[in-house]
Order: sequence, then C-alpha cells, then structure tokens
Amino acid sequence: MERISYTHNTVVKELETANWLKVGNRADFPDNGGLCFKHEDLQIAVFNFTSRNEWYACQNLCPHKMQMILSRGMVGSLNGEPKVACPFHKKSFSLKTGECLNGDDCSIVTFPVKEVAGAIYVELSQRSAIAI
Amino acid sequence: MVGYKFCEKIRKKYNKDQFEVSVYGEEYRPAYDRVHLSAYFAGKTADDLLMAPMDWYQDNHINLITGELVVAIDPVKKEIRTHKGTLDTYDKLILATGSSPFMPALKGIEKDGVFAYRTIEDLQQMEAFGKQAHKAVVIGGGLLGLEAAKALLDMGLETHVVEFADRLMPRQLDGQGATILRMKLENLGLSVHTSKSTQEILGKDRISGLAFADGSLLACDMLVVSAGIRPRDELARQCGIEVGSRGGVVVNDYLQTNYADIYAIGEVALHKEMIYGLVAPGYDMAEVVVNHLSGNRERNFSGFDMSTKLKLIGVDVASFGDALDVNEECIPIVYENKMKGIYKRINITRDGKYLRGGILVGDAESYNMLLQLAQNAMSLPDDPAELILGSRNPGDAHASKQGLDALPDSAQICSCEGITKGDICKAIVDHEITDVAKIKKVTKACTGCGGCTPMVADLLKQTLEAQGKQVKSVLCEHFTYTRQELYDLIRVHRIETYDELLGRLGKGDGCEVCKPAVASLLASIWNDVILKQSTIQDTNDRFLANIQKGGSYSVVPRIPAGEITPDQLLVIGKVAKKYKLYTKITGGQRIDLFGAQLHELPLIWEELVHAGFESGHAYGKSLRTIKSCVGSTWCRFGVQDSVGFAIEIEHRYKGLRAPHKLKGAVSGCIRECAEAQSKDFGIIATEKGWNLYVCGNGGARPQHAQLLIADIDKASCIRYLDRFLMYYIKTAEPLTRTATWLNKLEGGLSYLYDVVVNDVLGIGKQLEADMEALIANYHCEWKHAVENEDFRKRFKHFANSDEGDPYVQFEEVRGQKKPIEWGSIL
Repeated sequence: MERISYTHNTVVKELETANWLKVGNRADFPDNGGLCFKHEDLQIAVFNFTSRNEWYACQNLCPHKMQMILSRGMVGSLNGEPKVACPFHKKSFSLKTGECLNGDDCSIVTFPVKEVAGAIYVELSQRSAIAI
Repeated sequence: MVGYKFCEKIRKKYNKDQFEVSVYGEEYRPAYDRVHLSAYFAGKTADDLLMAPMDWYQDNHINLITGELVVAIDPVKKEIRTHKGTLDTYDKLILATGSSPFMPALKGIEKDGVFAYRTIEDLQQMEAFGKQAHKAVVIGGGLLGLEAAKALLDMGLETHVVEFADRLMPRQLDGQGATILRMKLENLGLSVHTSKSTQEILGKDRISGLAFADGSLLACDMLVVSAGIRPRDELARQCGIEVGSRGGVVVNDYLQTNYADIYAIGEVALHKEMIYGLVAPGYDMAEVVVNHLSGNRERNFSGFDMSTKLKLIGVDVASFGDALDVNEECIPIVYENKMKGIYKRINITRDGKYLRGGILVGDAESYNMLLQLAQNAMSLPDDPAELILGSRNPGDAHASKQGLDALPDSAQICSCEGITKGDICKAIVDHEITDVAKIKKVTKACTGCGGCTPMVADLLKQTLEAQGKQVKSVLCEHFTYTRQELYDLIRVHRIETYDELLGRLGKGDGCEVCKPAVASLLASIWNDVILKQSTIQDTNDRFLANIQKGGSYSVVPRIPAGEITPDQLLVIGKVAKKYKLYTKITGGQRIDLFGAQLHELPLIWEELVHAGFESGHAYGKSLRTIKSCVGSTWCRFGVQDSVGFAIEIEHRYKGLRAPHKLKGAVSGCIRECAEAQSKDFGIIATEKGWNLYVCGNGGARPQHAQLLIADIDKASCIRYLDRFLMYYIKTAEPLTRTATWLNKLEGGLSYLYDVVVNDVLGIGKQLEADMEALIANYHCEWKHAVENEDFRKRFKHFANSDEGDPYVQFEEVRGQKKPIEWGSIL
C-alpha cells in the first residue's frame, strides 16, 4: 500500500489523472477480508488487511483451477509476506508480487490500492496482464 | 530368509574381489519372507514377499542359482554336486537349508485335501483347493498353525484348530493366557479343539474328516498340518556331517560343523540341543558366521532369547524371557480381564527386583518395554504391578518413555536385525534424521517384524529433544502452541476473538491454518455465532454452505436420523425446483441441494427455516448426522428404538464444533444396518440396553470403531458420550478424526476407558458441564443469519452489483444440472 501524505485535494487530483477507480467505501469491508468488485467484465478482489492497516487488490480469478473466487479467500502472512489463500485448494498467493507461495507455476496480477478519506481506489492499468 | 540375510551381511563387509558368493536353492524363487506368509492371502503377491528382487543379487555380485538342488557335498575335496550334475567348489560352505514341515505318519495323510503350510507353492495349492472346500481343519495350535488358520479364515472357510496339548501355543502361553486367546479367537469365528490326538484321516481319495484317539470325529474337506518343523539335514547326514539324534546339524558357538569349513545357520542348525525356529536368532547366526569368516573370534552365538510378539488373527500375543517360569523361581503378577480379552503376566524375582519374563494376550503394547527391562536386568518400580496395570497417577503417563532413557546404549531395540539403542541414536545424530522412515533406511531397524517401530519412534523423539530440536506440534508459524494448549489458554484468559488471541499469544497476520483452527476452538469453547468473525472461517463456514466446483454452494438441511415426513419432502422438492437445484440423497441419510449461487443462499434458507428445517452443519467441522436403522418400531428383528435414540442424540449434539467432522449412528440390533461401527461414535442396541462404540471412521483409511462399554442404559450412554466428545474436543490436534486421535492417544482404548468410564482424571463432571454449556448455547446458524440484515448482506458475489457471478455455469446430466468442468470458463 502507498502511504498518503498529501492533502486531500492533491490526492483526489492525482487519482483523477492516473486512472484510479473508486470501488467502494472502507465501511463496506469486513476486517481482514475481501470483497469482489465488478468493473466492465473484470472481477477485482480487494482486501482490507486490517491487522497490517494495509489494502491489497488482485484478480478475482484463481489461476489454479480457473475459479472466480479469490475475494472469498482468507488473508494471512507467510514469513511476513502478505498473502491470500484460495478457498478451493488452499493455494496461497503473495498480495505484493502475485507469486504462488506453494511453489506452483501460476501467479496472479495485483493492483495498487489507496484509501482516501474512507473511499477505496484501485489502479487497473495492469488488467490486460490477467490470463483470461 | 537366513541365507539371504547372510548374503546381505557378507556384502556389507566384503566386495566381490574379497569373497565370491554363490547361492544354490531348490525352489525356483529367490528367498522370500516366510514370516509374513499369510499376507499372501491378504492380497500380497509372491513377488511382494521376496526378500530382494532378482536384480539385487546381480547388483551385489551374488551368483544365484535357483531350481537346482544340491545332492552331494565332498567335505574333503570341498566340492558340491547338484541334481543336474553341476559341480562347484568352495572354500567355505554355509548350510542354510532350513526346515520342512513335520508330517506325522498318520493313516491317510496322503489323501487329497491335506496340505503342509510352509512354501508359497503350499499356499497356492491351498488357495486353489480352498475354493471348493467349506470346512477346514488345522492340526497344530502353535504359532504357525494359527497363522495357517488365519489364512483359511481369510479364504472364507469354516475353520477349526486341533491341538494335541491342553492349550493353544503351549510353548509360549500358560493355561490362563491360552484360555483368553482361545476366547478371543472363538469370537472371531475360529473353532478350537484341545487335548485331541489325531489318529486317522478319513475319506476315500479325498479327505472327509478326522478321527481322534478319544473316539470322536470331526468332518472336514480340507486339512492343513502344522505339527512343527524338522531340520532339513538329509544332505548333511549323507555326506558325513554330524547331526543330532532328533535331527539338526550339530554346530559350535561359531556355527561350525564337525568340518571347520562348513557352517550351518538357521533352522537346520542344532546349537546346544536347540533348534531355533524364529528369524531373529537365524539372523544373529548369519552375523556370527560373517564375523568368523574375517577371523573375528569374539562374536559367537550363545543361544537366543525366544521372545516374540505377533498379531494372531488380529489378537496381540507376546511372550518374552522366561515366560512360563516352569522352575517356579519367580513370583508371577497376573492381570486378567475376560470381558475385554486381556491377559498379562509378568514373572518377578522373589526379591522383587528383576523381571524375568512374561506373557501378554490381547494387549501387547508394553511388550518392548517389558522385554528391555527383562533383557537388561533393569530395576523395577516399587510396585511392579504398575508395569502391566499402568500407573494410577496420570502424571506418570509418560513413565514408559522415560524408561527408554534408562536403557543402556547396548540395549537391543530391533532384535530381528540386532540393532541397539546406541546404533539408532548415533544414526539420528550423524545423519540428522527427523523421521522414522529415514531411520529404517539407514539402520535397517524395524524392517523385520516391525515390532520395534513404536520404540524407535520414541527414541527419535527423545534424541531430537535432547538435541534441543523442536518436536512440538505447533499450530503454524503464527502460534507456538499446540491446539490443546491454545484450548486451555483461550479458556483461562477468556479470549473470545481471533484478533485478541493473535495479539496476546501469536505473531504475524495469521493464515489459513490457524484461523479456522482457532475459529473451531472458539466455537467449541463458547459456541457463539460464528458469523461474527466470518473472515477467520473457512469458506464453507463463512457462507454456511459447502462450496462446490465452479463456485456455487450446496444446501443441506438437518434431517435428524434420516426421519422425514412427506410434507417436509414436499418442501425440499418445491425449494429445489424453484431455485433449480440438483438433489441427491447423501451418505448420511439426508438430502443435499446443489448449485445455489451465493446471493440465493439466504432466500433458499429463509423458505427452509420457515418450514421448520434447521441448518444441517454439513459445512462445519462439527456434528453431521446420526444415521439410524428403523429399529424396533418397524423391524421384526429390532430390539430397541434406534430411530428415537438417534434423533435424541442428533438433537443433543447438533451444532457441536470439533477438531474435525463428527458422525454417529444408532443400530436397533446386532445386524447393524446403520453401520455404527464405522462412525466416530456408534450405538448398537442389545437385549439389555446399548453397546457404545467409539473412534471409527470410513474415508481413505477405514477403521472400525471399538467397543467402549457394553449393555448400558440411555442415560449412561449419553453421559459417556458427553465425556468422550468433550475429551476429544479438548485434546485432539486440528483436523484429526477420532480414529487417528485414538491411535495417537497414549494408552489407547484402555486409557480412554479409564478417562471416560472410570474417570481416573477426575474431570468427568467438568466434561459433562462443559457439554451442557455448549448444548445450552445451541442456535440454528441459518435462522440467525436470515433474520439478521447485516449478515444477509454478505451473501452476494459482487459488492457493487446485485447480479450473480456470470462465470457460474451449468450443463445438464440425467435430467438435472451439474457445474461445467474445471477451467472451462476460458
């Protein structure tokens, strides 16, 4: 997550210029859990990582068995690396790099997230990298 | 086997340039494992039983000649000749010709249907013949005879054992022990006849029965003779090698015959008037000869302890040291429990200081420890009775493990391979071993009879602990506690949330291992609404439904004991039709509705709850169903109302969260149609009340439940169930079914019986109170969820749209729907 150190106005301006998409509000999220957002035909999983006071976002598709599910996954850490575990077969993915932490040859695309005044923004320029 | 072991041992010491080795064998197969011969009937093939495959001999430069019988030895020219006329010379000759079954000179022994029990060929012939036989008799109630009887039972034949002596296994067991063994075997369907001297085998060409000296007859159409062994010394005898008056090649302490270059090992060797019919002494002889070949005169054969432990037709039997104490030099301590079929006897010296030997029937768990105490003349506890009764003080539960500590390094742990405690500990340190499999590989311990495996595992644990290595089964990287420790800590600190626990006792952010484990603990302790902490629940618990392929969920309403009214069936049918759900009867006698989307779950449940259904908890690590058969209300065989009791039990424990799922069943009579013995707890009706079975499961490794207590009334049954379930919930590791838990529980079933029935820990009342508290806190999770707007909101796929997931797709099969295959959304 990126720390927001600017004043509110500068940030909103930057958000408008850099393709940031507002997906929802902090209050909608469960603690240490995710929600799935629809943007055009894209499904984005966004996680409120309360225990670290951080936000993460990634593709909703688990690449292991091609299931739209990761937003319902459990967040956690492996040696300090923040991750999400898929509910189907417990494949874990780094929420920073998208790498599969079980050593499998599959990975996910992650997106930058920002929280500004209770609103959650996701930056989607990497969306074309998703393998679906 | 002993011949093979010799090859293995000599190749460990010498390469092909130092010793050229040729092996002649009459059989067409290389050496095979006769100890486990009855496994052939349990589905192992002849190849599985080989000591080593053909390649092994090649790889180790051993010239193996099978199917060639040596017919002459010239001890002066040092030459042998085979039945094919092949001549070969030797520097040293080792006779490992073994023994053949003793076939008494009975009238009619040549008839069809009479077999020996010795070679794979014998077994193959028995197997072929057994297909058209119905009733088989084994002559000989010793070790091998009972093995043969097992083989016949496995073939589905009515099986009888006839023994000349007044009891089974007369060489190993005393009268009392043999009686218990006999009871247990008779329960397993074996008929036993003792003090019977067979006089004649009846029948024309084919056996039709046996006639005994007392005038009685026993009809049968198959006979297996296991009346002891005779050393195969005919070759030695013909060639001037000295043999004993009752057979066997006479050897000295180095296993040399009267010709110094000819040795004899195994069952053919007669050492100090003793023939050793077990593998372990044979292996020891092989070791002595290999040493002797290199000029080592220190290693000799000085007789061998004939202690043995084995499973006979599923019954543990062990005898060790001076088991029978025929000279009455000791004072025996005896424990006998006819109800459970357990007999234990230990012979203590008159001064009370040492253990000389003993007998174990029905429960031989303490065999290894007792054998070590006897062999190493170790000092005994103040009250030697504790050795077989177990300490009454639960704090001493680990006493037997501490006993391992006291063993000298020279103590033999694996007697088949002659491996000492020192060898094993050294291997663990030198090879940095952390599991038993590696110990087997490096030291060969546990590879013979396998009886020492538990001790080797304990040694590993101790050695690792002594090295300061972590052997505790901690939950994961976030909590350095076991599940049981966390259970206690949560209660002591009255912790109600995962975050609080992580903050106080853990580190990091948690993971998919500790979160559901802690969620389960919190539910088992407080039984609060699990949705309050939805993100620490596995997805099934989080959405109170079972996730299925494709991302849809299934719905399972509770149908206690499988009893359902036509109106309730109509409701399920209507709901399934309305939401286009696939329906199937489950293994637990209820109805599963598949293919619901996340947002449909509250709508479906609202209708079910309204019609009076409750959550079936199919999604939780919790009580599933209590299966029942129809019982005395309808069934002409039923002796008790099994459906009524099953419903009562299911309502009592519904919603109970445990380390793993829990299944139960109640059968209305001994026919057991509810399959209660395959459940975590099973109740079977008897004329007098109920029998309670515990710790069974199906799954990948099926295990039968074991009888905890018989003929109890309903109230006692519920009391013991309360205690049993709470004790399991408190002490099991995460995701451990009751069967695995019991397998790991020190002291096994008898300890569990002590805790649950005898209340030796004094926690019975507490366990019952804990269970009452959980039951009082029961609520239907789905009723709660559909009535709470906050919870309902969570059941949707998109946070910013009310539509369902477009990727959840179905296709049709047999008139219903099924999800599309993995990955076909691409």
